[in-house]
Amino acid sequence: MDWAAISLSVRLSAWTTLLLLVLGLPIAWWLASSRWRWKFLVEAVVSLPLVLPPTVLGFYLLLLLGPRGSVGRALESLTGHTLPFSFGGLLVASVLYSLPFAVQPFTAALAGVDRRLIEASWCLGVSRFQTFLRVVLPLSATGILSGMVLTFAHTLGEFGVVLMVGGNLEGRTRTASISIYDSVQALDYDSASRTALLLLVFSFVVLALTYGLQRRVWAPWPTRS
Amino acid sequence: MKAIVKGSLLVGVLLILGAGLFAGPRPISGSEKKRRVTIAAASDLKFALDELVNGFRAENPGAEVQVTYGSSGNFLAQISNGAPFDVFLSADVAYPRKLVEQGLVQDDVFLYAVGRIVLWVPKGSSLAVEQLGMKTLVEPAAKRIAIANPQHAPYGRAAESAMKSQGVYDAVKDKLVLGENIAQTAQFVESGNADVGIIALALALAPVMKDKGQYWEVPLDAYPRMEQGGAILKRAQDVELAKRFRDYLIGPQGKALLERYGFFLPKE
Repeated sequence: MDWAAISLSVRLSAWTTLLLLVLGLPIAWWLASSRWRWKFLVEAVVSLPLVLPPTVLGFYLLLLLGPRGSVGRALESLTGHTLPFSFGGLLVASVLYSLPFAVQPFTAALAGVDRRLIEASWCLGVSRFQTFLRVVLPLSATGILSGMVLTFAHTLGEFGVVLMVGGNLEGRTRTASISIYDSVQALDYDSASRTALLLLVFSFVVLALTYGLQRRVWAPWPTRS
Repeated sequence: MKAIVKGSLLVGVLLILGAGLFAGPRPISGSEKKRRVTIAAASDLKFALDELVNGFRAENPGAEVQVTYGSSGNFLAQISNGAPFDVFLSADVAYPRKLVEQGLVQDDVFLYAVGRIVLWVPKGSSLAVEQLGMKTLVEPAAKRIAIANPQHAPYGRAAESAMKSQGVYDAVKDKLVLGENIAQTAQFVESGNADVGIIALALALAPVMKDKGQYWEVPLDAYPRMEQGGAILKRAQDVELAKRFRDYLIGPQGKALLERYGFFLPKE
């Protein structure tokens, strides 16, 4: 089993989840509360990665962030590096690719909070930010948690985008799913099946956890009433 | 109760997340930095180069050699877009020559081998590839024929022109399945998903495939000579080590090893 690739995948997923928590919550909050006429366009853009082939996203990122792309040139003059074929590049790609997996559950969770409770908090003189922290967040914790779990799992299994912008560099951009692809091509089925099994078990646990969290009744020992 | 379960789950997830942020190999700090050469290699080299790298490591203790295998055309695109490889070993010398035009290459390109292609069928196949030769492809039992993608894999182009020059292309073109590179093509037929494949002789001779099937070599005059060439890239971090690797590859040890793996070497 390729532990370097697995730990790289875990690190990538953790950073993606963290970034999407920070970036996704404001977007979700705006989507949940805005009444702007053209909001549906923003919703469509956020959900694009759900239906967009990873190769399309990867292709655009490679052109945009590469040494001949506008963003790539600006970054190169600032930092001396370009993003493709580096961990930073994978992170940017993963954040974009997993955006709907974070924002959609976040939005559903935030929209489910009773508006009257929020307004009551405001009327009692609590600031908007404090209301968000002390009323909205605790009431939507389950949805936010499942958004984070989904983001983590989705990034862990990412393949197409990573292949396009990563370049398959050992220890730097060779993630678990790419390592499986490599092992299969090298006819090393043992190594491929060990890593594949790990990902399969992990994905099952994650989904079980997500659906478990969404259960309304959560008793350790179900009783008949 | 629910709040406790939820709370502890949240704490658990955050803990795992926090640990994950710092998982994985840390970048090596300045003083203990190892010498490293990163190689993008055509996937026909897969098994030969693994062995060659072991030999190189034994002669250069402390040097780290990282190899990524793939199709030469994809590497060309990636290197043009700034992929951090030090050495590019292409299955077709035309690709590194394009990098020379882009001004990305140190010195000049070097030739290291000539690629040869074979028709390969898995053990137990009803196709008698050694007797039938190119005619194997038109047999009804050859329902799927694996070749590498001719668009970006030199071995795919060689396979295509061999089929054309032998006059079977039109009869078989609907039966072709395309591998992303020559190693994937070999995997398609090794796993029995394709009935016959046109793959690199080097892969047919590799230990993992040797006992798993039979092959028939396509005559060298049936397709344009596959000059395999490579280049050291200007962006190489450790030029001295990269050059030492190139010299090992084209030197006597590299030559002998490549010859054993069926890379016909130009006799000058």
